[in-house]
Formats: sequence, structure tokens, C-alpha cells
Amino acid sequence: MFNKLKKAFGGSSEPEAPKVEKKVEAAPAETKAPAEEPKAASAKPRIGYIHLSGCTGDAMSLTENYDILSTVLTDMIDIVYGQTLVDKWIHGTYAEEMPEMDVCLIEGSVCLQDEHSVHELLEARKKSGLIVAFGSCAVTGCFTTYARGGQQAQPKHESFLPISALVKVDAALPGCPVAPEMIAKTVVAVCEGDLDYLKPAMDWAACDKGCGCDVLTNVIRQGLCSGCGTCGLACPTRAMGYSEGRPSCDKDRCIKCGTCYLMCPRSWLPEGRIKKETGL
Amino acid sequence: MPLGTYKEALSARSTEQKILDVSQDGGIVSALLCYALDEGIIEGAVVAGTPDENWRPTPTVVTSSDEVIAAAGTKYSMSPTLSALKDAVRQNGLEKVGVVATPCQVQGLRKAKAYPFTRFVADKVNLIIGIYCMENFPMASLDTFATAKLGFDDLTDASKMDIGKGKFWLTKDGEDKGLAIKETHGYEQAGCNVCQDYVAEWADVSTGSVGSPDGWSTVLTRTDDGESVFKAAVDAGLIETKPMDDVKPGLPLLEKLAKGKKDKNTAERERRAKMGVRIPTIY
Repeated sequence: MFNKLKKAFGGSSEPEAPKVEKKVEAAPAETKAPAEEPKAASAKPRIGYIHLSGCTGDAMSLTENYDILSTVLTDMIDIVYGQTLVDKWIHGTYAEEMPEMDVCLIEGSVCLQDEHSVHELLEARKKSGLIVAFGSCAVTGCFTTYARGGQQAQPKHESFLPISALVKVDAALPGCPVAPEMIAKTVVAVCEGDLDYLKPAMDWAACDKGCGCDVLTNVIRQGLCSGCGTCGLACPTRAMGYSEGRPSCDKDRCIKCGTCYLMCPRSWLPEGRIKKETGL
Repeated sequence: MPLGTYKEALSARSTEQKILDVSQDGGIVSALLCYALDEGIIEGAVVAGTPDENWRPTPTVVTSSDEVIAAAGTKYSMSPTLSALKDAVRQNGLEKVGVVATPCQVQGLRKAKAYPFTRFVADKVNLIIGIYCMENFPMASLDTFATAKLGFDDLTDASKMDIGKGKFWLTKDGEDKGLAIKETHGYEQAGCNVCQDYVAEWADVSTGSVGSPDGWSTVLTRTDDGESVFKAAVDAGLIETKPMDDVKPGLPLLEKLAKGKKDKNTAERERRAKMGVRIPTIY
């Protein structure tokens, strides 16, 4: 089954032990007693899923991998924390404290006025080896950027920040929502320890803003745009139009997810991966 | 390897007169699309059409041979073709899509397949026909060639546009007027100056005029998918082929141009990097 998975999503053919690479990438976790580590490393990766301020679209994308989900959940990972997925939440449902995690996926931006969100995020940084900003709200703030407060049921909730504003992020998977196939390919790469595939996501961790104007600033104004149309393909809200072969972002439609620039072949190009997948 | 990885290089031509009547060279792109559509290999394709007949390319979704033929012929200005891929998949509901792509578009598409940040679009593409491309021109550059340099009243007076034999050609009232390629330098878009790919190295099958005689195209089959579609179209009698060794000027010219683009634009990348401006990050 695992081989089938790898074939379906273009993973490499030689299986590798998963755990070791994760530790390499883990941020120094001062709370972990060293004696605990070998025990933890013997099991499947322990995954947490935290839902901050977002629409649950990213969690839905995750569950949209119907065909591989049972394999992922039974053979590849253990979900040890998460309000929606395993009914564990430190502020309410069954979980007195947040468990140790190898990877914690965080969906949604963090609202500064929401003490639960802030606490949960800071706690996750302490408890998890890796923090993954999962979906554009966590990476850039995405459409929560436009929040102004004054709404029910929490009129005071008005400041929604990318999670990297409060904690160090190890990898970012943008997208509104993050695409199911991208999640699947990333899961396979994580389980295989395929760091080459994960490198762009790790480099993207430093990103804390996104906008349709990124293709103007970083591509057109740098003399790099070829008018290929990939940004228009990428945009989830059809904000990207074209004029004289150049993208032109309709700011009223842009949700600041950052996908247009992320997918532009002139921002970064995964040559090694493409050659591997195509044999060319 | 200036031509990238390929299985076979052939000189080829469509056998259908209605394609040859409108095609740029050997009509290989149109013949392959028509064949793939008729056989159900693809349900539609995304191409650069010129619906207004004013040489301005428009990304177009085609789902029939007639639409393919209506969109035939090379356009020498930018077509953000990949943006129409979304229409093909979402509006038209196509599950198997062909794309006619310049090298930069092939790169965008292959990246979108390798890192599918946009849900369920790139995975629907199952045939990428790459076209050789040295550079592309803004519409205003084409206007300049037509009016200031070749003496046309208007670009739309031209009935045919072509680049070959060292010249940029416009045809009006059956008469060809040529402009030395050297005269077009400096009018191409800047983004082309950092592109190192002339022959669409990551396409399933690549084609273009260079290397083959007039009215023929040079075809490079690259992937298994590209090879099987091309061979099937040949077996079906829709495309005739000749060995590259039997035609002039042959592969050496294609290799020379491909290497020339690589060398020149690699130097440009280095120049820009030295200045401290952005160039694409390569993983």
C-alpha cells in the first residue's frame, strides 16, 4: 500500500526510515527530556492539528485525500492532538495538556485578542518538534488580513496575524485552501524523509505576507515575467487578469494567499524534482 | 545536451491539406491535437488563439478539430495560456487536457504538477506539446516591425507572420516582406532573456520549424506519453515522417540555436545576479 502511495504521488522508490530526518529539522525543543527521545522515535510520527482563525478549508482538504487517508492514519502517522480530528483540545474537550508532537500543523491565523489561540500556539511551539503553517491563513494571514473587529460574537477580535508573528515556523504550505494533492505529496515526502522535496516549504517558512502584487514586485519589476499565465492558474479567486501579456491583480478580489507568486516558474523552479518525475 | 532528453528526432508533416493550409510549418501541433481529440486521448486543449484576427493571442480552450484548426498558426506575442487551463478544467469540466506550450509555459506546468498548490487542475493535463521558442514580443514591438520597419499601414494588414531563414516575415496581398532578425533584437520581452530553454525540454513532445525544410517540422519525442501519441498519429496516417539525417539543415542547426540561447541567457542570468537583482531560485 505504501508503495502504491509513493507511486501515485511520485515519491522515490527506495523506502527510508522516517523519524531521523525529522529530528534533524526539529527546532531545539528545550522541554523534552533527552531520555524520552528514543521512545518517541520508535513509533509513527505524532501529528497535531491546531485550528486557529480560518475556515476549516485546510482540514477539509486534508480529509479530501480519501483514497490514502486510511493508510496514512493507520500505517503512517498518529494524530495525537486536535479538536476536530481527535476531539482533544486543551481549553475544552478531553486533553488536560498538550502532548509531545513531532509535527504540528496549524491552520488559520492567530488572533491576538483570543487568549486561547495565543496560548495554544505558544504551547504548540514548546511541544512540537516542527511547526507547519498549514494553509495561507497561517502563512500570510490570507483573507483574515482584512478583519477589522466589531463583529459578533467577539467584537474585540480584530488583529489576525500569520503564526510566524508569534512563533518560529519550520515549514509553510500555503494555499487557500492548501491543495489536497500538495498535502498528500508532502505527507509522502515527510514519511520518506525526502528533504529535497520539502526544501521549498522550509524556505517558505520565513514568508509572512502574500499578495497579488508579489508578481508585480518580484517578477515583472525584476524583468522576469514571460507572460506564461501560471499565476492566473494559481489564483483561487480569479483576481489575476492579464494586460499586454502581464498579470494584473484586481485588488478587490485578492485575498492575499500568496499562491500566484508561489507558483510562478520565475520565482523558483524545482528542476531536480521535475526531472525526477518526468525522467527528462 | 542542448536539446534536452528525447527519444527520437524526426522531420514530420501533417498529411491533411486542411491543416497544412493554415498551419505555420508542418502542422504537427494541429495534427497531434486533432488526433488526440478524435481518439479521446484528450477531451480538450488549451492553446493560443487569435479570435479577433489582429495577431493578439488569446488563451483559448478548444474541444474539437474545427476549433483546433481555427486556432492554428504561430503567434509571436504573449499568451498567458496556462490561465485558461483553469477554465478548461473548471468551466468545461475537462478531465484530460492537452496544452500547447512555449518552454516557459512548460516549466510553469511541470512546476504546477510537481508542487500542486492549486487543487485538481494541473493533474488533468495529460499531453504537453512544446513549441520551440527563442523569444516573444510585446504587441507594440510587432506593430513597430510592421509599420516603422516594413512600411505597413497597420499590423492587421498582414495575412501571415513567420520567423525563418534569419528573418521576421510579414505577408500582405501574397507578398512576403522580411526584416533581418538582427533588427528585431531589443524588441523582445525582457523575461525571455533569462530563459535557457529553446526546445521545450520538459514537454511530452516538442516541435518547431528549425532543422526541417519549408513546410515540415522537426519533432522531438520526449516522454512515453508523447512518443505513443505521436507514433499513433503516424500509424493512423495523419503525419508523415522523414529521418532527420535525410533533411537539410537537420539537427545541427537546432542544436546550434538551442545552445546559443542557453549560453547567451546563462550569461544574462549571471549578469543580473552580479547586479543583485532577482533571478529564479533553482531547487
